[in-house]
Amino acid sequence: MTTQLNERLDGVRIAITGGTSGLGLALVAELTRRGARVAFVARTRERVDEVARAHPNTYGIVGDVASKDAIYPIALQILGGLGGLDVLVNNASSLGPVPLALLADTECEDLELALATNVLGPFRLTKALLGALAASAREGLPCRTADGAKAGSVVVNISSDAAINAYPQWGAYGASKAALRHMTRIWDEELAPQGIHFLSLDPGDMDTPLHALAVPDADPSTLKRPEAAAREIADAIAARLRDGAGSTSAKASMDKSARQVEAVGVTP
Amino acid sequence: MIAATTPVQRPRDARVLIVDACGRIRHSARDAFVGLLHPHDLVIANDAATLPASLHGRHAASGAGVEVRLAGRASLDAADVHRFMAVVFGAGDFRTRTEDRPLPPKLAPGDRLELGALSATVESMLDHPRLVSLHFDGQAHDIWAGLATYGRPIQYAHLLAPLALWDVWTPIAAMPVAFEPPSAGFVLDWASIAAMKRRGVAFATLTLAAGISSTGDVELDRRLPFDEPYRIPASTAAAILEARRQGGRVVAIGTTVVRALEHAAARDGVVHPGEALANQRLGPASSLRVVDAILSGTHEPDSSHYQLLRAFADAATLADASAALEASGYRTHEFGDSMFVERRNRVVRQVAA
Repeated sequence: MTTQLNERLDGVRIAITGGTSGLGLALVAELTRRGARVAFVARTRERVDEVARAHPNTYGIVGDVASKDAIYPIALQILGGLGGLDVLVNNASSLGPVPLALLADTECEDLELALATNVLGPFRLTKALLGALAASAREGLPCRTADGAKAGSVVVNISSDAAINAYPQWGAYGASKAALRHMTRIWDEELAPQGIHFLSLDPGDMDTPLHALAVPDADPSTLKRPEAAAREIADAIAARLRDGAGSTSAKASMDKSARQVEAVGVTP
Repeated sequence: MIAATTPVQRPRDARVLIVDACGRIRHSARDAFVGLLHPHDLVIANDAATLPASLHGRHAASGAGVEVRLAGRASLDAADVHRFMAVVFGAGDFRTRTEDRPLPPKLAPGDRLELGALSATVESMLDHPRLVSLHFDGQAHDIWAGLATYGRPIQYAHLLAPLALWDVWTPIAAMPVAFEPPSAGFVLDWASIAAMKRRGVAFATLTLAAGISSTGDVELDRRLPFDEPYRIPASTAAAILEARRQGGRVVAIGTTVVRALEHAAARDGVVHPGEALANQRLGPASSLRVVDAILSGTHEPDSSHYQLLRAFADAATLADASAALEASGYRTHEFGDSMFVERRNRVVRQVAA
């Protein structure tokens, strides 16, 4: 598979959680720049309004994906705002305890919050939006690219090298991201035949508010820019949509997910 | 029949009563319904998600409490959510049967309704003290946010607890345009869709903004179903042609699918893709041009759904089916059991006559 940099995403309907800071905010800007119609979700009304003002053609939604009762209102607004959905990016993440703590010192409530945000939230939101994603896969994209994109929708779950490696003090985050990564693989096995493809993408260590909470004394100049990671993720989405759904077997698409984790991911 | 009182979409003991093309009746476990399908059949479901269409608030002029139930819209366009047809009840909630709900305060064009974060103006009365055309203030964005945070799904007095949106969205629910759930679709889960594929059965969807099933008001109920906008994707129209070519049947999941497909084919017998407004009533005199069989809920003889089934089977056959449903204790309403009715085989009938 070749990745064509800066591939356009004209008219593609994309929802991003955690869209007002860090990687999510960079994705809002990058995907909008490529012509996508973007809805983003975040917890704070003021931040949502600010980002919506800065990115005029986007649709801001206030909601907390960690809250069960917020999921359907969020899904309803995504679908109402975009008139359907082709791509979901589950990006909102919780570190668990801040500052980071040994697992033995982690409060159960902090682990619960990490699981609610990083595992249950993406599961619930994906499930609520599955009908729309399947409809998109059956019907094809609203605006086909010049080379004729085939049908197929995409769910991107933002992962981390902490999902694979056992870093001390990253227990709540690492365990929850490992669960999300494995869930992504199973979703993909099960739903690739319906044309819904799941990618687990590791953006690498970025200069973001989440990273600053985790490693307050890190030198930002040694960290990746979230804008760079957003470009890579946008490329991965475009490539997946371009490759289409119909002929791809579940196995082949799983291998692709694994390859893309490698391509995008940066292992420290 | 017995009312189903808990909102479980796929109870493990759900049953389906089968009426075949010769009018013969048998019973089956509903989770085995994929076994009723043949290779090359095409199953079509309504993928409309259900709006939180019930809004409580007050009539500004009188201060009286009201419940507004959104009931119709002219298009499916997500940006066009300002104008709705709505049924207005006086104060009270779903614990009172709709038949016993009081009239709203006297409404007139220009009246303002305050509905939580939403506000709306009565544009016109639609020939009934409960039925109005409403225009919501604000941009589409604000209306969606208001519905999402303040609206509730329309509730039913026969259920034990209030419904949440997750109770009424079918597993395949996509665009939120239905006013009450296209509940025949509750039967579908992702395992059954995968099982169809393994069996060589195709699956497709359309979207029809299913309206309210009853208002509790005899006069209004006679006007049901209201006109309903629908959209048929090009991929679904193509799948119908393919099923025909392969000799497969078109199996509709629910009355809304029949209504959309037969409306779309009314001109020349071919289902044309695109958006239109279904405004026809299907009944004993209707000749079905597309749909060969329907999987639907169990319907009481006085409902418009039952009238639609008359397009599939004659009065005597449906009377037998109703008696069998009654005798075997089938459950009815949104979360009840199902019927699978094949269109009567006219050849067999002619031979028999």
